[in-house]
Amino acid sequence: MCFPTSPADVAAAVATAARHGRPFVARGSGTGLAGGATPVGRPVVIVTTHLNQILDVDPSARVAWVEPGVLNLDLSRAVSHLGLHYAPDPSSQAACTIGGNVATNAGGPHCLSAGVTAAHVLAVDVVLADGSTTRLGGLTPDQPGYDLRGCFVGSEGTMGITTRVAVRLTRDPPVVRTLLLDFASVEAAGATVSGIIAAGIVPAALEMMDAEITRAVEDYVGAGYPRDAAAVLLVEVDGLDGGVAAQVDAVRQVGRAHGARTVRVAADERERALLWKGRKSAFGAIARIAPDYYLHDVVVPRTRLVDVLLDVYRIAGEQRLTMMNVFHAGDGNLHPLIVFDAREPGVWPRVTAAGDAILASCVAAGGVLSGEHGIGLEKRDAMPLVFNADDLDAQARLRDAFDPWGRANPDKVLPRGSRCGELASVPEGAWV
Amino acid sequence: MTDAGEAAVAAAVGAASTVVPVGGRTQWDVGGAPPAGTEVRAPAGIVAYDPAELTVTAGAGTSVAALDEALAEHGQECPLDPRDPRATLGGVLAVGTSGHRRLRFGPLRDRVLEVRFATADGRLVRGGGPTVKNVTGYDLPRLLVGSFGTLGVLTRVILRCQPRPACARWYDGGGDPDAARAACLAPSTIAWGPDGTRVLLEGHADDVDAQAAAADLVPAAGPPPWPTGPHRGRISVAPGRVGEVGAALDALDGVAWLAEWGVGTVHIAAATTAGLASARRVAGTADGWLLREAGAPDLDGFGVDLPAADVMGRVKAAFDPTGKLAPGRLPIPVPAAARRAS
Repeated sequence: MCFPTSPADVAAAVATAARHGRPFVARGSGTGLAGGATPVGRPVVIVTTHLNQILDVDPSARVAWVEPGVLNLDLSRAVSHLGLHYAPDPSSQAACTIGGNVATNAGGPHCLSAGVTAAHVLAVDVVLADGSTTRLGGLTPDQPGYDLRGCFVGSEGTMGITTRVAVRLTRDPPVVRTLLLDFASVEAAGATVSGIIAAGIVPAALEMMDAEITRAVEDYVGAGYPRDAAAVLLVEVDGLDGGVAAQVDAVRQVGRAHGARTVRVAADERERALLWKGRKSAFGAIARIAPDYYLHDVVVPRTRLVDVLLDVYRIAGEQRLTMMNVFHAGDGNLHPLIVFDAREPGVWPRVTAAGDAILASCVAAGGVLSGEHGIGLEKRDAMPLVFNADDLDAQARLRDAFDPWGRANPDKVLPRGSRCGELASVPEGAWV
Repeated sequence: MTDAGEAAVAAAVGAASTVVPVGGRTQWDVGGAPPAGTEVRAPAGIVAYDPAELTVTAGAGTSVAALDEALAEHGQECPLDPRDPRATLGGVLAVGTSGHRRLRFGPLRDRVLEVRFATADGRLVRGGGPTVKNVTGYDLPRLLVGSFGTLGVLTRVILRCQPRPACARWYDGGGDPDAARAACLAPSTIAWGPDGTRVLLEGHADDVDAQAAAADLVPAAGPPPWPTGPHRGRISVAPGRVGEVGAALDALDGVAWLAEWGVGTVHIAAATTAGLASARRVAGTADGWLLREAGAPDLDGFGVDLPAADVMGRVKAAFDPTGKLAPGRLPIPVPAAARRAS
């Protein structure tokens, strides 16, 4: 394991690994949820947390160059005095690194209108698996040739290691309104989500929490959520006065039309912060219920949200597990949260069976395996659920073009057998 | 799931020794010289469109105009390059031309959720996924945007749509494009050229009016005239250097130009090939480059070495080991050592 303090250190570490025929795995803060940074075999682990400088901020171009170990929230804090922020805001933003965000193509509640990490990364300086360095992308709007930057973002460390990142900064909206709507059924909340989108509104954020998590959060932080709600929606709209007022009215009307019991608009910044505190404390809140959780991440077409959510409840019942749901409803990104006590004998097989069933339900509804956490080890072997042999072969070709030596974070993302002609046997116990 | 038209495209691509993907021929001279070989066309038509999903599935041979018409019926749009609505989706994506509202709505590559394409060896491959958010596997859609048909022939795409703005108005912004950028939250276009600045504001009518008033903008009849001439190209420079590029272009004879302020794209039309070559030198001086878009047959399509050429060469070799797809469109060397059997 090494802790480089300069890009040259990273290149030297990768070159050393190459010389000894060892794979390497890049690691940021270790907040990843799909096992993408988990060392498998005997890799050199290259931890980027000491590369934590914000190198340059250009307020006029709204671009910042940062090292990969800079924490997501630290970047937004560092530019807040300029009226700017870094838009992707994963729940772990106080702890996760920009480099990790690049690797996973991280999202967050405000990616509904702002887009995920790939839309905010202009260029990356990378060390390739042979220890050579190159820049992918750039500050010019177009670059000649293939969009290798676009391929690299979200490649989960399998194409090289980032040493510098140029990110786009976003202007703070002058007006922000946050609404809390509560419902007597998840169906009504889900119909409201579809109704808002169908009304021509793409809110800045559109989050849903079901009954179990709403109560847990309320017990934990007292955010003012109705404890008897079957589901609540947290809706944020931003922009300028006219558009925001119109959108608040429209959201209120759509909510009422679908049976919202109450529609509350945060009166001031303090109330708005409290509503968000509830949402962002969800994962802390569940610690009061059980010591362990398994957080899933799947995306379905927005119009299938309720069907799949009801299926999640059915699966929870079948496996006798507590399942809570707090998720990015606006983009169909479900996060079923299985809450359990790992000390309970026989619980693990039920947890993994429930996870498999959730994936199957999501794929059957036309969804995908992950919206923002990544594939890593966790979902690697589920890739054939959504891609056929030819699709996987094309992905393997792309990966091998970046790393023909197979040294960058091997055994992640693509299952064995992805390359045409490759043996599909997987060694027992290859992960967890 | 596979459309018969797509399967036919894949078969044709697999059988041909040299493949020339053809869309609406509206961008035929963009980039490297058009190759000669077997012409293949993707199927046209909207395959699926659910307005509540804000996504649309269409054959890559669908024209931008046909897509726009279908989306307009439900008050939605996908802001693709509008310069010639006869262009096909596949053509626009292959060439990678972002529309003039990029300042607000982002580059073309951020619009594409899923692609299906015919591979050099005649298979149909799908990359990306149908949902608006997705990190399942590698980003083949972004790889194919701007690849000029050299990695595969697009047959079907899923694009992200958006509500059409309630109000869209063009304004005269005087001589200082930065003033409009500072005073407006999210202008859709700030077009800056020798005749001044034109600003496109979109959104709620009250907000459009309020921003125009705050920035001292004067209503204009419409968008500024696009530079016209036989030899055309577009410059890409860092947005902060557009000012110096504009000043240098003004000093050239017979070169018309219009810049997308805040984006870094400068559209060029020259009376002579030499004029376009001069504009390319201006771009190079500002650490940018010029893509030849029309005319100037003697001029190289790109005029610069490709960055990360080793990796690009390996990508090309991985998808097209014999170099049969749109040869010459991109100046990518295929390293013999990196070739792999398909």
